[in-house]
Formats: sequence, C-alpha cells, structure tokens
Amino acid sequence: MPLKVRIMPTLLYKDVGLVKGIGFDSWRRIGAAMQAVKVYNLRQVDELVLLDIRATLDGRGPDLAMVDELADECFMPLTVGGGVRTVDDVQALLQVGADKVSLNTMAIQNPSLVRDVADRFGSQCVVVSIDARRLDDGTHRVFTRAGTEDTGLDPVAVAQGAERQGAGELLVTSIDRDGTMGGYDIELIRAVAEAVRIPVIASGGAGTYQDLAEGLSVGHASAVAAASMFHFTERTPLEAKRYLGEQGFAIRH
Amino acid sequence: MGRVAIVNTGLCNLDSIARAIEECGSSPTVTDEPSDLGQASHIVLPGVGAFPEAMRRLRARGLVDEMTEQVIGKQIPFLGVCLGMQLMGTVGMESEETQGLAWIDGSVTPLDPTGGDRVPHIGWNSVELVRETPLFRDIDPKRDFYFVHSYALRPSLAETVTAVTSYAGSFVSAISTGNMHGVQFHPEKSQQAGFAVLRNFLAL
Repeated sequence: MPLKVRIMPTLLYKDVGLVKGIGFDSWRRIGAAMQAVKVYNLRQVDELVLLDIRATLDGRGPDLAMVDELADECFMPLTVGGGVRTVDDVQALLQVGADKVSLNTMAIQNPSLVRDVADRFGSQCVVVSIDARRLDDGTHRVFTRAGTEDTGLDPVAVAQGAERQGAGELLVTSIDRDGTMGGYDIELIRAVAEAVRIPVIASGGAGTYQDLAEGLSVGHASAVAAASMFHFTERTPLEAKRYLGEQGFAIRH
Repeated sequence: MGRVAIVNTGLCNLDSIARAIEECGSSPTVTDEPSDLGQASHIVLPGVGAFPEAMRRLRARGLVDEMTEQVIGKQIPFLGVCLGMQLMGTVGMESEETQGLAWIDGSVTPLDPTGGDRVPHIGWNSVELVRETPLFRDIDPKRDFYFVHSYALRPSLAETVTAVTSYAGSFVSAISTGNMHGVQFHPEKSQQAGFAVLRNFLAL
C-alpha cells in the first residue's frame, strides 16, 4: 500500500515574527509560534517543520528553550532544524521533544555528522535539508548557511551522499522559488527523488493545492511542505488534504 | 489512575509521551531509577533510537532486570512504543545482533524495500486489527497512526499479533499478550486516535 502523502506546514522563525507583525523579541516570537502550533494541532495537521533559519548565520546553536515550549504542545510529528552542529545538539533537541532533526550546513560541510547521528539515534530521525538554486544553464547548485554560501555541489550528488551516510529523509528546498508561491522547482525535486530510495519532502514555492499535487505526482515527492501558502493565504492544510484526496492521492484518515 | 512510569533510555523524546499521558489525565514520572518502577501502576517504554544503544543503556542502569521483575513477575501493565515495542523481542538485528528484553519470542529485522516502498517508513498509515485488544477499544478502524521506523518486530507466535500494517511487505504494528502491549506507531504523535490508545492503556 502506498504511504499516505503528508502535508507539512513549515514554520520559519523569521516568518512567525512577520505573520504577527511583532519585532524580534524572542519571547513574543514564541507566543506567535505557539499559537501556530496549537492551531495546527487542533486541525490535525500531518506534521510540522520548525526551522530557525537565522541560527547558523548568527553563529548560534538551536534555541532549546523555545523548542521545548513548542514541543510540549505539539502532538503531531515535529522536525526541528537550524544551527545543528553536533551530535550533542541533536540529542538535546530530541530530549526537548523534537521527533526529527534537520541538518543542513553541517551535514554538507561534514557528512560524517549524518553518519554519527544516524548510528546513535537511528536514521528515522535524521532529515538532511538541501537548499538549491537553479543556475542559468539549468543545472542546480547546493547552497548552505541559509542560502548564502555556494558549495559548488550538485544536489543529486549531495542527496545520494546523505542517503549513504544514513539520512532518513531529505527536505529539498528551491531557494529561487522559496516564498514566491509560484510552484515547486519540479525538476529539482524529481531529480533528487528519483536518485534516492529515502522519502523526499518537496519544499520552496508552493502557492496552490495544484502545486502540492504536482510535487507529488510529477516531482515524485513523498511529502509536501509549504510555509507562505499556509501563513499568508486563506489556504489550509485541511483543504489541501481534501483536494489531494479528490485527485486520487492516498491521504491520512 | 495510578502512577505511570516512563522509562528513560536517555535516547529519545520523552517530553511528547509524557505530555500526551498528562493530556490523557495521568501524571507520569520519567525515570531511569529502577526503584521508581516498583511504585508504578503502569510502565511505558518509549523509543526512538537504535536498538543496541538502547539495550546497553537499559542494562547499564539496571533497568532490564527491574522491568522484567515488574512486567513478567508482577504483571504490571506495560506499553512499548516504537523501539520500545521492538525491545520486547528476543533479538535485534539493527547494526549488530543484540539481545532484547526477550519477553516476546521474535526478532527485530529491517523493513523490506524490495517491493518499492521507501524505507524508513515515515508517515501516517492504517493499522489492520487482526485480534481483539483493549488498546483499540472504541477507535474507528479507519483511523491512521504515525509511524517512523526502519525495523519491525516479527513475533513468532501469531497469537501475540493484534494489528498489522501493509507496508514494505507487511509488518506487525501492534502486539498484546496478557499485561504486555506494544505499538510500532507513535500514539503520542497521532493526535486524537493516539490519545485514545493511550487512554485505553491507562484504563487497564
């Protein structure tokens, strides 16, 4: 039986601040994020992704106190990323309630970290997040440090490397599409999904329910993530699920 | 409801299971002290993590003997969740062959991706009840539960199997025998349906 497709709202710490129009006060940002977690919980969302996209740039580790508070109210699977540098960071996140930890910059700079985390905690909690840009010649390139640093690497090669090191899942984000709500970079998603045997989460650019369907059917993703679409439009994960169900995708009951 | 002890292997996410049990109206104690288990009315062994490391830690803390004493000796209601269910088996084959708690005859082997299903099995899936069990009392059989795993316990006795899930071939998604219960999915992450399973367990 094919696995049910998952619809995953992504909370970016930065976005959470913007949604509520609050400044960068950490306590108030928790308030806004907490509200989002509670709403998604109530609406039986399939899974939630929480990314602290400033952590690496600010040279910080994960904000454990914040994750702890949010996870306490999160009775759905929670993936947390941003600033994860060591096996100890992963352990600390799992202990405050993350179900999976997303590795980005460090996984690419130091692939053995993926292996160390998988050996210690199991592959199922290791998500490797790959951020890629499309170049003028149509090829893709992986960037780290929240999209600021060109690694010169090809996303398919990075994906296969991550799979070999024991990653359980890949979150593949198109930097160019991110926030545009113009649809996923389907070529990117599909190239990665076809090159690996582990689940791929399509990310970056979803604006409509049709975009989600395309990520699954054409992109061959196992799950679809969206941030702006759920935070800035009237579209909801529940309606998205209904739409996908009508389109013949196996959805969760 | 009595005292619920959640066994801490030091490997996994205990906040969510503890919070879920609180939401179900109980006040759990998270512990790695063998003496706390003696006071427990219910024991929950949660789990995310690797089989060998979890067994090593349980042994090092003296928890294997104490859990066996409570669960097999005194028949305290026990729930193994995910890796916690797998640890109930005789032997685990994750990265190296490791002896389990050996309460249920069976080995823990990798899910089989040859049919084209992606492994790890991550996501919401159905469970097909094959035997009456108090754990699933009054739960709509169509409800999905959340799974995250690459391995599964293959019990040798069919009587212990209460639910199966058809993925990566097929695997056992719930077991029950006497006071011992195990679920391969995560009730603490399965929202309403998961809470119903936890409430059913706590009512035992």
